[in-house]
Amino acid sequence: MNAIIANHLFKSFEKGKIKALEDISFEVKQAELFGLIGPDGAGKTTLFRILATLLLAESGDSSVDGLDVKKDYKAIRKRVGYMPGKFSLYQDLSVEENLNFFAHVFGTTIEQNYHLIKDIYQQLEPFKTRKAGKLSGGMKQKLALCCALIHEPSVLFLDEPTTGVDPVSRKEFWEMLKYLKSEGITILVSTPYMDEASLCDRVALMQKGKILDIDTPVGIIEKYPKKIWSIHASNMYALLQVARAFPNTHTCFGFGESHHLTLNHDAEDYDAFCQYVQEHYKEPFQIQEITATIEDCFMALS
Amino acid sequence: MENKEIVIQAQGLTKRFGDFIATNAITFEVYKGEIFGFLGANGAGKTTAMKILIGISKPSGGEAKVAGFDVYSETEDIKKNIGYMSQKFSLYEDLTIRENIRFFGGIYGLDRKTIKEKTDVLLKTLGFEAEADKLVSSLPLGWRQKLSFSIAILHNPKIVFLDEPTGGVDPVTRRQFWDLIYEASNRGVTIFVTTHYMDEAEYCNRVSIMVDGKIEALDTPQNLKKQFHADSMDEVFHQLARKAKRSE
Repeated sequence: MNAIIANHLFKSFEKGKIKALEDISFEVKQAELFGLIGPDGAGKTTLFRILATLLLAESGDSSVDGLDVKKDYKAIRKRVGYMPGKFSLYQDLSVEENLNFFAHVFGTTIEQNYHLIKDIYQQLEPFKTRKAGKLSGGMKQKLALCCALIHEPSVLFLDEPTTGVDPVSRKEFWEMLKYLKSEGITILVSTPYMDEASLCDRVALMQKGKILDIDTPVGIIEKYPKKIWSIHASNMYALLQVARAFPNTHTCFGFGESHHLTLNHDAEDYDAFCQYVQEHYKEPFQIQEITATIEDCFMALS
Repeated sequence: MENKEIVIQAQGLTKRFGDFIATNAITFEVYKGEIFGFLGANGAGKTTAMKILIGISKPSGGEAKVAGFDVYSETEDIKKNIGYMSQKFSLYEDLTIRENIRFFGGIYGLDRKTIKEKTDVLLKTLGFEAEADKLVSSLPLGWRQKLSFSIAILHNPKIVFLDEPTGGVDPVTRRQFWDLIYEASNRGVTIFVTTHYMDEAEYCNRVSIMVDGKIEALDTPQNLKKQFHADSMDEVFHQLARKAKRSE
């Protein structure tokens, strides 16, 4: 059964001037970890708000756990956990008070579903009397996740839970999601970090209200249409400028330690490219064919 | 780097909040024209250190000079010689692009003629000529960040401090942003930048990594990878930050 279905969703703001969602359709299977990958302005938050029954789409329909987001919104709200992008717990309540409050609202107790939150809550416990507003980035996110889980939801909506969070805390957060998935919870999670796509079962790449592609991370990479090389030299900035000046360079972008390069006619242009760089960069450089990353795919699609 | 002119010098720089030592005796130097990556986990003490260096927070101990000025007694001179860009607040959303440039030019004490000249150059470089009279609120995040950076270096500061400038920015614009950083650094502007994107750490000339208030590593990305037997800066960061005891 599909836990989430979105069917031709449209939504605009400011009298149609801002098209937040343009014909968004996708399905998420039960216990699937599904990622919405895209930068700010892609429409991710709007989509979450519609699925969490907080906003109505202009057209199209959608369901969560088999329930219609318009007709059955009350039932849906009992079954989903929603962690908004903006920290929305009570800043003046302590860690423990926030958790108790959310448990109470959903008619449950911390003890009842403790197994779900145990791993994260143990990290929070030393600070349980600290006010939520005094926690910093990673800890706030962990508390927010606990609060979203306290009523044992069948579907979790996580809107950019790792934005602004350091790489180590991000990794811990994804470990947690893997565990929740193994407990049968369906997870729809958004992120602007392209490298996190590989941690999802399937992803939708989104930009400016549209879905560019939906597939498994491996599937997306396999579809990458061009040959791609990584190039490296001692002066990376000079190399970038030379590589971009070659007439048949399709794209050349910095990718951390190396630059990623694509050529208009792929392998046909390879020899000419190497010769051009030798002539203009003058110093030694390395070039190597590589497999595209999700970020390469995203840039090629956008 | 030959003839290293030092533009930031910190010696045992410390900041305490009661019993809590946010920044614990950090010592480092940053050279002119360098892209210096200032990394660390959330809560490692980066923001505290940065606030001291830009002259808005007084240290509890140690010494530091920024652009030749003392962080205790010459904070106003520091502010005149640096640019600062934060992720949260960068520009006035209810002003147009042109108005923001004029406003910040005025704040930095530039005269009208200079502001006008700089506005034209800036709009052209960024390709924003057609949008000059649009409100900043109508621009996509990536554009705003590019504009914000250009405004932060409008008054030709010696150093520009960038606090997570590319969070949430789309991949293509993120790279265009780094092109701007490279250009500025080539012109001799020193870049002091924090980021959570580890690929961006690789673009820096040197990188420091803070753990629990201390600088635990400082070197070129290449040497750090050698030192930690790691393939990427991501791995280096994980090895160091995993040791952190302090939970934010």
